[in-house]
Formats: sequence, structure tokens, C-alpha cells
Amino acid sequence: MQLTVLDQETAHSEEAASSCASGSCGSDNEQMAHLSDEIRDKVKNHPCYSEEAHHYFARMHVAVAPACNIQCHYCNRKYDCSNESRPGVVSEVLTPDEAVMKTKAVAANIPQMTVLGIAGPGDPLANPERTFDTFRRLSEEAPDIKLCVSTNGLALPDVVDELAKHNIDHVTITINCVDPKVGAKIYPWIYWNNKRIYGEKAAKILIAQQQKGLEMLVARGILVKVNSVMIPGVNDEHLKEVSRIVKEKGAFLHNVMPLISEPEHGTFYGIMGQRGPEPEELQDLQDSCSGDMNMMRHCRQCRADAVGLLGEDRGEEFTLDKIAAMDIDYNEAMKKRAVIHAGILEELDEKDAKRARLAAMNSGAKQDKPAQVYRPVLMAVATSGGGLINQHFGHATEFLIYEVSANGVRFVSHRKVDQYCIGNDTCGEKESALAGSIRSLKGCEAVLCSKIGFEPWSLLEEAGVIPNGEHAMEPIEEAVQAVYQEMIAAGKLDEVTAKLEVAAN
Amino acid sequence: MALSIGDSCVNCWACYDVCPSNAISQSSTHFKISARKCTECEDDYAQPQCASICPIEDTIFDAQGISINPPGTLTGIPPEKMAEAMREIQSR
Repeated sequence: MQLTVLDQETAHSEEAASSCASGSCGSDNEQMAHLSDEIRDKVKNHPCYSEEAHHYFARMHVAVAPACNIQCHYCNRKYDCSNESRPGVVSEVLTPDEAVMKTKAVAANIPQMTVLGIAGPGDPLANPERTFDTFRRLSEEAPDIKLCVSTNGLALPDVVDELAKHNIDHVTITINCVDPKVGAKIYPWIYWNNKRIYGEKAAKILIAQQQKGLEMLVARGILVKVNSVMIPGVNDEHLKEVSRIVKEKGAFLHNVMPLISEPEHGTFYGIMGQRGPEPEELQDLQDSCSGDMNMMRHCRQCRADAVGLLGEDRGEEFTLDKIAAMDIDYNEAMKKRAVIHAGILEELDEKDAKRARLAAMNSGAKQDKPAQVYRPVLMAVATSGGGLINQHFGHATEFLIYEVSANGVRFVSHRKVDQYCIGNDTCGEKESALAGSIRSLKGCEAVLCSKIGFEPWSLLEEAGVIPNGEHAMEPIEEAVQAVYQEMIAAGKLDEVTAKLEVAAN
Repeated sequence: MALSIGDSCVNCWACYDVCPSNAISQSSTHFKISARKCTECEDDYAQPQCASICPIEDTIFDAQGISINPPGTLTGIPPEKMAEAMREIQSR
């Protein structure tokens, strides 16, 4: 079976080049619109594979795979810190038995949890016994959970048949390059055929295995997402080629993530001063890849033991000692889960239908008047899930950023709020969480939240971001569109259009 | 003749999985090599397997107690650069 991804319409990319700030205009659900029905059906409740699903469905990782067969320059195997949130970090490594127990406990307590992934902290396929033991038991004992795995690809071709056997229909391969010269700057060594191999020779083997694994998975009808880490000056330009090639080979989604390289993480890149990309650079690269490829923009680069909705981590509630005290009847839990999943999917279907109705209305309206084209506006949203504006400004640990334009609503990215005083030179020692929130809203013209206090309100206004608490509990897409219309009605978008025209003349 | 594992071991299981002599076991703090079972992979491979997969420098030692993967050889970070970065982080 061949899984194909439909090309984005040419009209869209042309439009993007002229009027729209970025690669694919339209509603953010358009990410899904390009997929075949079969793929959409497979990913509709997968929070990592569907932007829309990530508002409703949760995921978890079990850390059963500590061993790794390669070294990446953005990873440091020494740091297992509970305060850090990034791939490769865990609090405790589990045995397959413990992992099965934890998965059932989480599934019973967070019924929206649909996906169990094995993602490390090493490479899952370099730990075949622990990884497949866990999958085997879960596919028997918890058949209502989707299983997925993420890998560097080195051992992938050897285990594709085993993966297919356990009904694992989602695999993520991290592919940072297709050129060994680039690879040698990212991977210092691999363990291959009982030897440690270095440099370009190592990268060449890794790349060949990754590509072969990708082809084998696609040939078996297993959905493949490709993750790439964007490393400025190393593989940033090169990733456009990677994106094109993996799409050609049948990967259905490409997730370009920013390099994390804090010096205190002790990684090669961190210590050597390799910087990560600015949010704008990341977005530009994602946009230029999106002409060829369906892009993922909502990844939170979570830990190898993360639990909950993307962007939240409830791992603390499910430590081994806490699970031991829980008495889980999984058959009962499955009944409850089925009802909840059906409810969410019904809600999503209703949203789809409503969206289709609105689109039909809008296209009718467009014909009536050759509408003035207003510039797109970035808006930030505080949400705690469910696709609603339902979080207090002060409680937000991250904001979702949407681009609203005449063409609809598009999810652009998420931005983390620095939770603590970072005390660097520019802000002085007493920078509050509030200043951090406001800084993270750079470029946004409005922020929508359920409530907001007086102090942040005035500071936001000073910073040129309009605070808006009037759309509490409303669906995100409708609320941001309403605010866009309010901005148009208030003449806020005329002004700048006029200015731009003057500048252009 | 036997290799040994030092305190910097992070318990990642990689060596345990590749040892052809089943000489490696978990212990209370970190993995250990049984001096009785370890053959340094002499009859099996060109290189000792634990030392070929271990990701942490200064962790696997030869029979003379000499580090097989000294600082800088696995991460590519020059030791002086690492020391400098650590000083900077600590002075914050």
C-alpha cells in the first residue's frame, strides 16, 4: 500500500509569496486537509500527528529504552534532571512490567490519553527486548491504546517486520541530514557491527539505514513522521532538501524542531556555543519546507517520560510509588475511555461540519464584494486544552500563536513563557514572570485569555499587545476570527495597510 | 585480564546488552563487570564491546586502570573548553 500526501495547491504557495506572511494560508485544520481519508482517520486522535487532536487528546512516553547506539551533538547522556524538559531526559527508567502498569494507570486516570510512545531516553530500537516486550504486552492488555515509537533509524531496517507485527502504525524517524558531510557535524560516532565508527563514515551508514527504514515502513503502510533538529549554520538550508526527499519517499509529516543548546545541559553544541534558531528563523524554514511537505508546528519537544496533553507534564502524578497504590481495573477503564473518546470525536466532527458551513458562506461573501485585503495578524491564545480560550493570562506557561487573515486561521507556533527570573543584563535581576510573558508575545497584536489582571493589562497595552478576555470559553478559531473582525471594524488594519502602500510607492 | 566500570556510569544498559560474556550486571550504584567472566572480548571481537558503545567518557577502564575513552574522545568537546564552560556556569 502506498501512502501519498497530496500536494499543496500551487495557488496556495503563490498566494503565500504575495499576500500572506507564510507558507500555507487558510484554517489551521488545513494541515489535515491535504491528507488522504485513510491517514486522517489514523491520526485524528493522535496529539502528535494532528494539530487539532492535540487540544483534546493526550499522550505519554514510557522510559524503557535507556541504551543508545549513536551520539548526537545535541544530546548529553549524563543529565537526567527532573527540572528539565527536553527529549532524552527522564526521572526514572522503567522495566517493561513497570511501564505496562504505568500506562494502564495513566490511561485509567487520564482517559483522553490515546497514545503510548517509546522515545528513549536512548534509542528504543537499540533496546529491542525492553521496547518490544512493552509493546507486546500493551497490544494484548490495553488494545485501545495506539502504540508508536521514535528512533534515530540506525537499527530500523532490522526491526520493521517486528514493528508491523505489534500493530505499531506510527513511527517517527529523526533525520537531520541526507549528506554525510553535514552528518559528520551532527553525529560524532555510531556503534555499528560491534565497532564504534566515527565521522563521515558513521554518518553515511546512519543516513543509509534511515532512508532504507523509511522506505520499508512506507512499503508496509506504516505512517512515518520525520523529525529534524534545525541547527543554524549546520543543517538549516540542507533541511529543505531533507524535507523534499522524505516526502518523495512517502513520509506524511515533517517536524522541524529548534535546537536546544543551553550550556548547562553540557551537550557538545551547548558547550561549543552553537546557537539555536530564533522563532522567526524556525518559522521561515518551516514555511519554505511546507511548499513540498505537510509540516508539524505544534511539537513541544517533550521528555522521554512525559505524561498528559502536549505542553503539560503530569509525570509527577504517576511515579512508581504512586502507581503501586492505585488499583486499576483496566476493563472498566476501557469502557469509560471509549465513551470519552467517542464524545471528543463527535465534537471534532461537529467542528468540521461548522467549519465547512462557514467556508461556504465566506466564499459566497467574497464574490459579492471585491473585499479589501487586510494584512494578516498574529494573535496569542492562552488555553489549557479542549480547543478553547480557557486559561488565565497569569497561569499560562505557553501561548499558542495563530495567524489570522482574510483566508482564515492558521496555527503558527507555540511560545514558552519563561517561568522564572532569569536575571540577565538586559532586564535586571527582578524580571518577573509577567515580563517574561510579555516578551514571549513579541510580534503579536492581541492576546486572548479567559481572564487577566489589571497590572498585566496596562503593561500589555504599553507593549502594543491588545489584551482580550471577552472570548472566554469560546473555541479558539472562532474567537481569533472575531477579534480580527473587531480590529477591521475599528479601522486598526486600515492604518497599517495605508502605511505599507505608501512605503511600497 | 578484565575491564571495569567507574562511578561516572549513568546506568544506560548499553554495555549490558552487547557484552558477549554476560559479564556485566546491575548493582546498587551502577553497572559492574565481573572480573571472573570478562574476557575483554578477546575471542569474540576486535574491540571490547562495552568500551565501544559506552557513551560516557572516563567510565570504562582497562586492566591497568587506564581510561579507554578519555575526556574529549566521545563528545568531541575539548576538556579545557568543558572546564571553562563549567566555571562560567558555576559563577552565575
